[in-house]
Amino acid sequence: MKKSLIYSLSFHAVMILLTVLSLPFMIREPVDLPPIISVELIQISNKTNIPFAPKARKVIEEVKEKEKRVVSDQAPPAAKAKEKPDRIPLPKKEDEKKELVKKKQNPKEVKPEIRQASEFEKKEIIDTNEIAALIDKAKKESSKVEQKDDKLTQSSVKNSFATGLTLSEEDALRAQIFGCWTVPLGLPYDDNLLVRIKLELKQDGTIRKSEILDHERMNKPGQKFYKVLAESALRAVRICQPLRVPQTGYDKWKTIQLNFNPMEMLRG
Amino acid sequence: MRKLFYILVIVLFKFSTAHSLIEVDITRGNLDPLPIAVSPLYVDAQSENFEDVKVKELGDLISSVIEKNFKSTGLFNPLNKDAFVQKPDIAHLKPRFEDWRLITAQALVTGKLLIKGDKLKVEFRLWDLAASQEMVALAFTTTPSNWRRVAHIISDKIYERLTGETGYFDTRIIYVSETGPKTQRVKKLAIMDQDGENTKYLTLGNELVLTPRFNPTNQLVTYMSYFRNLPRVYLLDIETGIQEVVGNFPGMTFAPRFSPDGKKIIMSFAKDGNSDIYTMDIETRLVERITEDSSIDTSPSFSPDGKYICFNSDRSGLQQIYTMRSDGTGAKRISFSNGIYGTPVWSPRGDLIAFTKMRAGKFYIGVMRSDGTGERLLTENYYQEAPSWSPNGRLLVFYRETKTNKDGKGFSAKLWSIDITGYNERELKTKTDASDPSWSSLLSK
Repeated sequence: MKKSLIYSLSFHAVMILLTVLSLPFMIREPVDLPPIISVELIQISNKTNIPFAPKARKVIEEVKEKEKRVVSDQAPPAAKAKEKPDRIPLPKKEDEKKELVKKKQNPKEVKPEIRQASEFEKKEIIDTNEIAALIDKAKKESSKVEQKDDKLTQSSVKNSFATGLTLSEEDALRAQIFGCWTVPLGLPYDDNLLVRIKLELKQDGTIRKSEILDHERMNKPGQKFYKVLAESALRAVRICQPLRVPQTGYDKWKTIQLNFNPMEMLRG
Repeated sequence: MRKLFYILVIVLFKFSTAHSLIEVDITRGNLDPLPIAVSPLYVDAQSENFEDVKVKELGDLISSVIEKNFKSTGLFNPLNKDAFVQKPDIAHLKPRFEDWRLITAQALVTGKLLIKGDKLKVEFRLWDLAASQEMVALAFTTTPSNWRRVAHIISDKIYERLTGETGYFDTRIIYVSETGPKTQRVKKLAIMDQDGENTKYLTLGNELVLTPRFNPTNQLVTYMSYFRNLPRVYLLDIETGIQEVVGNFPGMTFAPRFSPDGKKIIMSFAKDGNSDIYTMDIETRLVERITEDSSIDTSPSFSPDGKYICFNSDRSGLQQIYTMRSDGTGAKRISFSNGIYGTPVWSPRGDLIAFTKMRAGKFYIGVMRSDGTGERLLTENYYQEAPSWSPNGRLLVFYRETKTNKDGKGFSAKLWSIDITGYNERELKTKTDASDPSWSSLLSK
């Protein structure tokens, strides 16, 4: 009898403990673990000496250029594939180009039927909402909008310690994206424009899935600037891939969130 | 039992840490203009000749106008056509995205045109090359001689899709064309497309004309002209060429401007050394006095909602900018820094007021918020004034004069534009010297 009572009490205690510890996790932000100061710091000092945006861009572009040459079977000979557009000569032989066209081009017209409109009457070939949905394709079908405060977190510090991604690794990733992101210069200064993109990555740093967390905002009336910014951010991660990610610890970084905030730049 | 407890605790701990998501803040990017490829429009083989329109070259011409528009914004970098791998006859069907990405383009414009009978049909598509997706696709039909306007409308649609702002390419600028030596200037009203093409003269130059302003509907222009040495405000219908004097005032009327709904003209009326602000209903010709002050009140401009007016006044001693309700009540000074302020104009967005400022022998074009805060001087020069807003509130056009040298030569007056960020300052090419520009609203809304 006494034994049963002890079992019962301890079982209940465990259950209460479980409830207390687990339920908040379901509804709250991930728990911020206190920073652990350890050997990691030594690694940081060695590794953080990486080039920032301007220098990094050069490196990134070189790497991208090399990769393009390897990956794209349509790429012109190595000497011709330079970044500056006005330096890119056309392939030498016309015949080569024609061959490429035959191989790669599907001469089937996308939307051949465009109806006649009256003078200066414009006709949308595709419904703009549909287009917006297409552009927003990167979002997951089953995506849900995370209820989260728009304020920027001290994530760079927090995450480095909490998740095992070192500051230098994070810096490298950030510098890479800086180079790829062409900030839309027409954005207003005062709007609350923060785009959060959740990425699921493959081990080689390419993107498996991308999701704009506030994607519903993109198609709301009066949110044109947000849409423009979100598209530019998506463009940046796509251009940048494969992302510079650590070679180890895939489980820790297979899902990352990028917070794009151009306000600092636009305000000068 | 104890084991079970430990297991549960460990599992729980693991569970709560495994889901902490890595967040990386991206607060910087590159400020380079967006690289965009504008492929020449494909000319359908069935196209017929039409008057003096060069059908075969029309695809190239339209794409060149679009490119020029984009280049002028400072926000886009149209890529060199020599680098294009894919030809327009294929590109307009479906672009080979890899080829376009290779030349670092991030957006691509393709399209085709067909002239059949007296109709020109133009369709275009804007592609997001990183996402390999279409962003917008539209078709327009008009008369072939209107091809430049089609190019401007296409530019507007693309600009809007890529920046979120409405465009300003399908617009006109009216200005005062100036010829002859400085002491004997012949001044005519002239109108041109915003890119400097299609210049037309609206007056003969017999009388001095000043401060032309567009009506929001674009049909009417109001301006000031000296008739028998007396300045009067006139109304001119651009389409019919008919002009008339506004009101019959015993003194001088000047600095006219339309209300946002185009139904009223607001202007200054001066008599016996005092100048006040009046409005006049264009239909009923009813005149209403707005300010009643012993000081000189001039250069009135409505806010886009029509509820407020900004104007110049020397009631505090020096010429400063004031705002008031549209009935003349609640006047308050909004400019306070050193210098003299003039020609205030309310932005079409409603958030800013542009002005000319004179300080220490220099002239500045600047903007401030409508409450007077956040003053920013965009450009400084020997002499420049009369800012006018682009219809989307992003650019200002104004005129700038150069000094006359010792020989009495070297004087010139040119139109310039500048972005409200202070970047992308550039001269607008006009056939003659030019002053007092006014930017129309979008012709195609």
